[in-house]
Amino acid sequence: MAKKLVKSRRQFLQTTALGSAFASFSLPLIAAQKAADFTANLPESMRQAGKPFSNYGQPSPYEKDIIRWIAANQDMPGNGVSWSPLHELQGTITPNGLHYERHHNGVPDIDPATHQLLIDGLVEQPLSFSIETLKRYPQTSRICFIECGGNSNSGWRNIPIQSSAGYAHGLVSNAEWTGVPLSYLLQEAGIKPEAKWVIAEAADGASLNISIPIEKLLDDAILALYQNGERLRPENGYPLRLVLPGWEGIVNVKWLRQLRLTDTPVMSRDETAQYTDLMPDGSARQFSFIMDAKSLITSPSLGMHLSDNPGIYQVTGLAWSGRGKITRVEVSDDSGESWLDAELQEPILDKAFTRFNLPWQWQGQYAVLQSRATDDSGYVQPSREALVANRGTDGFFHYNAIVSWEVTEEGDINHVYPF
Amino acid sequence: MSTLSKLGFVLFLFIGIPTTYAQPLYQPLGQKADTLSSKPEWNLTIFPDGRGLPQGAGDAAQGKKIFTQHCVACHGFDAIGASAMPLVGEVGSLTSEYPEKTVNSYWPYATTLFDYIRRSMPPSSPYSLSSNEIYALCAYILSQDGIIESGVELNEVTLPQVTMPNRDGFSVIHQQ
Repeated sequence: MAKKLVKSRRQFLQTTALGSAFASFSLPLIAAQKAADFTANLPESMRQAGKPFSNYGQPSPYEKDIIRWIAANQDMPGNGVSWSPLHELQGTITPNGLHYERHHNGVPDIDPATHQLLIDGLVEQPLSFSIETLKRYPQTSRICFIECGGNSNSGWRNIPIQSSAGYAHGLVSNAEWTGVPLSYLLQEAGIKPEAKWVIAEAADGASLNISIPIEKLLDDAILALYQNGERLRPENGYPLRLVLPGWEGIVNVKWLRQLRLTDTPVMSRDETAQYTDLMPDGSARQFSFIMDAKSLITSPSLGMHLSDNPGIYQVTGLAWSGRGKITRVEVSDDSGESWLDAELQEPILDKAFTRFNLPWQWQGQYAVLQSRATDDSGYVQPSREALVANRGTDGFFHYNAIVSWEVTEEGDINHVYPF
Repeated sequence: MSTLSKLGFVLFLFIGIPTTYAQPLYQPLGQKADTLSSKPEWNLTIFPDGRGLPQGAGDAAQGKKIFTQHCVACHGFDAIGASAMPLVGEVGSLTSEYPEKTVNSYWPYATTLFDYIRRSMPPSSPYSLSSNEIYALCAYILSQDGIIESGVELNEVTLPQVTMPNRDGFSVIHQQ
């Protein structure tokens, strides 16, 4: 920014000199030439017609590097993830094209005209619903995060991974989901008293199936048809997605085709072999649905450079909790020796991204920047040391420890474990 | 309440004249789906007690052939893993310094294997394997670590009877 200002001032000076050179000829010429000089100094964009309208807008070509980062199995390219570039985004809403992805066998192509949702099992009356039918029900909107249970799992490794904030922690995104409260449809089908679980099944190439306790579905589950105001993106479940605020991504079933009410869980692969958390004693936590409070400084963060020494930098980041609202985010620049409360940006929503901000004066010293979130259940985001002491390093899922960015005296930023 | 009587209830409310409603007002639009619900393509879920398993049978020798043909490219020779996860071995490793979560070391139920293979494997053509072939693959994988004898035929009765080594290794966090 400062460089640009200097450059334009120099251009301004050069132009003036050129103008006075012409002034030695004749007066009428000066007037014409001055006008020509003035217009020549306007940006190109002001001296020509712009591009026509577009049916569907795209990001500026100058933003072409702001992308999801993909990691998939070489032999099975539809099995993998793409991380949301959280370190490049501001505010709290994740743009639809940058919402994180986790697919188990690719993104299916589903025609909404033929797609059906079946609700059956322990109900009084099995019912099916078309997409058009679901649009006729009262719609509700909810801004909430969805986070993959495996987000941030590089944190379990012994050596801190040197990936950008979003490309290590961006298997979480925040959107406004709109659709039918699932409780309406379950009540319409009539829930039998012995129904305790609901097995959700997807219409993708993995026929993904997962068991969900029925009380969650009756509480705040949405059958989402819309994402940030437009119909769901294919990679986020088009035409129908289950959204369970605060619960791990795997139960927010995309491409939903069936909800079967049962007395027991199915014990599917994704609730036994995967998305269970191995503990140091060899046992595993199962059905650990809730994503606990977490925060992340998105700027300054790894890969960025502090150019001004001394300089004022705006520390900003995201905090979220599957248990409720974020009540506090503290920021430290000395590896957790001292903490300052960051400003929490409104609105602070239940089970949604909360943006925090804190201006920081850097004096060129070595610093370790950290953020620590607290939610309205009183839960405080743990240090990595505390998390590892409790859970070991083989849990793989549900990693939510404090993230530490080391700022060197040269202004470079690395990821460190500060103990 | 039947769909029809619910409809009647809603119509009654319409006659009640209020223009705004404190409670959501909507017409129940679900289609009765008893026939759909009974079709096999809507009954893919297989439970630990064997509910949902189709008829069929297979043993480890048959399974090894099918494995070589359809699975080796990703899961590796002898199912010890390649670009995809290892399926066998490492039984008892969960308490060690380097725990490995294979089917045989970690999965609590053998029925999950049938459920998952049928719906997901091989990824290029799910549902391409017959029930007999899937029972045979289950037998091959489980026999590699002696969870079943190599000559045992698995079918819809015997598969749910298999006790996996890590059957009791899970603690449920969510309390209902």
